[in-house]
Amino acid sequence: MTDTVQLNALASIPDERPVRPARSWFALLKPYIGSPFNAVVTFACLWLIYRLVTGAWGWLVTRAIVEGGPQTCKAAAGAGACWPFLAAKLRFMIFGFYPYDEHWRPALAVLLFLGAMIYSMIPRFWSSRLLWLWLAVVVACGVLMYGGLFGLTVVNTTSWGGLPLSFMLSSVGLAFGFVLGVLLALARSSKLPAIQVIAVVFIEMVRGVPLVSILFMASVMLPLFMPDGVTIDKLLRAQVAIIIFAGAYIAETVRGGLQAVPKGQHEAAASLGLGYWLSMRKIVLPQALKIVIPPLVNIFIGFFQDTTLVTIIGLLDFLDTVRSAMRDPVWQGIAVLEGYVFAALVYAVFSYGMGSYSRFIERRLKTDHSHGRH
Amino acid sequence: MSKMITRMVAFGLAAAAFSVFAAPASAQATLEAVRKRGKVLCGVSPTAPGFSYADDKGVRQGFDADVCRAVSAAVFGAPDKVDFVPLNTNVRFQGLQSGEVDLLSRQTTHTFSRDTSLGLDFAPVVFYDGQGLMVSTKLGVKSAAELSQSAVCILPGTTTLQNLEDYFKPRNIKYEAVVFENPDEWRNAFFSGRCDVITTDRSDLASVRAIANDPKQYVILPETISKEPLAPVVRQNDSNWRDIVSWTVNALIAAEEYGITKTNIDEQLNSKDPEIQRLLGVNGDLGKMLSLDNKWAYNAIKQLGNYGELFERHLGEKTPLGLTRGPNQLWNKGGLIYSPPFR
Repeated sequence: MTDTVQLNALASIPDERPVRPARSWFALLKPYIGSPFNAVVTFACLWLIYRLVTGAWGWLVTRAIVEGGPQTCKAAAGAGACWPFLAAKLRFMIFGFYPYDEHWRPALAVLLFLGAMIYSMIPRFWSSRLLWLWLAVVVACGVLMYGGLFGLTVVNTTSWGGLPLSFMLSSVGLAFGFVLGVLLALARSSKLPAIQVIAVVFIEMVRGVPLVSILFMASVMLPLFMPDGVTIDKLLRAQVAIIIFAGAYIAETVRGGLQAVPKGQHEAAASLGLGYWLSMRKIVLPQALKIVIPPLVNIFIGFFQDTTLVTIIGLLDFLDTVRSAMRDPVWQGIAVLEGYVFAALVYAVFSYGMGSYSRFIERRLKTDHSHGRH
Repeated sequence: MSKMITRMVAFGLAAAAFSVFAAPASAQATLEAVRKRGKVLCGVSPTAPGFSYADDKGVRQGFDADVCRAVSAAVFGAPDKVDFVPLNTNVRFQGLQSGEVDLLSRQTTHTFSRDTSLGLDFAPVVFYDGQGLMVSTKLGVKSAAELSQSAVCILPGTTTLQNLEDYFKPRNIKYEAVVFENPDEWRNAFFSGRCDVITTDRSDLASVRAIANDPKQYVILPETISKEPLAPVVRQNDSNWRDIVSWTVNALIAAEEYGITKTNIDEQLNSKDPEIQRLLGVNGDLGKMLSLDNKWAYNAIKQLGNYGELFERHLGEKTPLGLTRGPNQLWNKGGLIYSPPFR
């Protein structure tokens, strides 16, 4: 704020009032209540915030129904939140139709996954060993979820749902999508016309179609082309569709990064005698990827939430199980907002986590070019 | 677009290389495939109150789900050999055609065009529904003919709007359709007075009414503007499998007619009635004729109960949906539910 005031002051006629870095109460408040108009806007906003906060607090806490069942909530007629609904449906919302007695398996899989995620987020542990760790975690999660080994009963993918499914679709989709995206970006900026054209056609084709229709094709059209008696798991079809879609979007973002790396860097790499792959891997890509961290994280957060679209093909991810829970005839129409509040909270926590980690990584990798270039 | 499809196919083939599981190869083999797999794959609605929904433990419940369980009991002697495959309205028939499911039990209306052009066969009707109209008593309307210039809240269903148009247009009734994607919004729009009329199948209307703060404030108009006989569906050209599904449904209906219930079925084994004896496999070889165990119907009824019990458990007056039997009463009690004889 002070900066702009000073700039304006310098640009226009010298101002009578000297701008001091005052620390008094009034000086701090001045921008908000300095003029009658500002004061009105400020107080209107304060009043609005007050109403919203007290309203939400009343609904969430003071007027909320903590004990009882559907009848207690119905009698209260929506005066406050109906938390018994959440208590009754919590496990269904998180695990979906996965067999109740086996819920420890997806729970353990999610914990393993989150643990590995947090472990690999810490820069101190960055090494090639992480790849082996992830390989082990993916296999372990797969065995836990599907079963069939070590005396675990087989749980078909049609019963998978909820939070584990959301994590799986988005993380696997983004991991493979990222690899696909980088390859596509390299192909698109390749000097070989054939490769370039293929990449352009693929990216534009996929980006030109909504995710919903790709999912739809994967789920409806694909089985009709299969030979008789062969069906591919629906979950796998959705997963492949998400990978393709994520790949196309990530490719364009990464291409932006590639273009931002100065030509001199390519030439310098070439002059050192580095071949194409080596120069890409050691010189160009590290710089390009650093630049595109913010838009990449944007895509990641978006995809974490977009997985909900799989509801279109009958898979129930986290938001869909929350919605399903509301369709239980016992609770239908009684608890509507509570489930969404819970879902919003869960999504917000994970999205905030991703966002703040990306800021940390940016600081750590010093994306800012002022340090490295002259 | 076609390039897109080829690409998808290419990807799919690659994927198939490491994840292929056998589905019924073609016609005439469904029972064999089901036996080999050890499970019936049953297509159901992802969520439909009363018909297919999750209970607190995440177990699929509902009328449609129990029809699947009855088939499982008839084939395997146990009701839990079912994998439920949630299918949306727009993919349900492809799911059946491509062999993703063996049986579709998801509130599907039996119509001429579906029966003739989709390569499908319908089992007997398990639920007679029809589109109805509900209004607030404040409107003072007693029949649909008295409606005019009204706003009608609808969900983007398959035929809801079409039925409305078919019914109102020849009668010269002007209306404005207000479409909602989300059932909660749709319901609340009606309760808050955004629409004068709310329309959907009567079974759903009853549950909407039950949800209202004061159900007495709303009245379902007497007209039923469309016929919606809901029936399970199977693939065409597999007579044996179709017979199994059809006669399992018929067995549940016959059980109600003969007074066989979940609880008294073991006493009924001693019944002198030859039809009951044949149905329960005490006498005759009805099961064998379906390539099933002779106890097939006994198992289905013992585990799930008869048709009436199924209805009361999921849709009846003691449930939040609070439906009366109406046309879904037995034929000898004034309804349409009727089973051919077991002989």
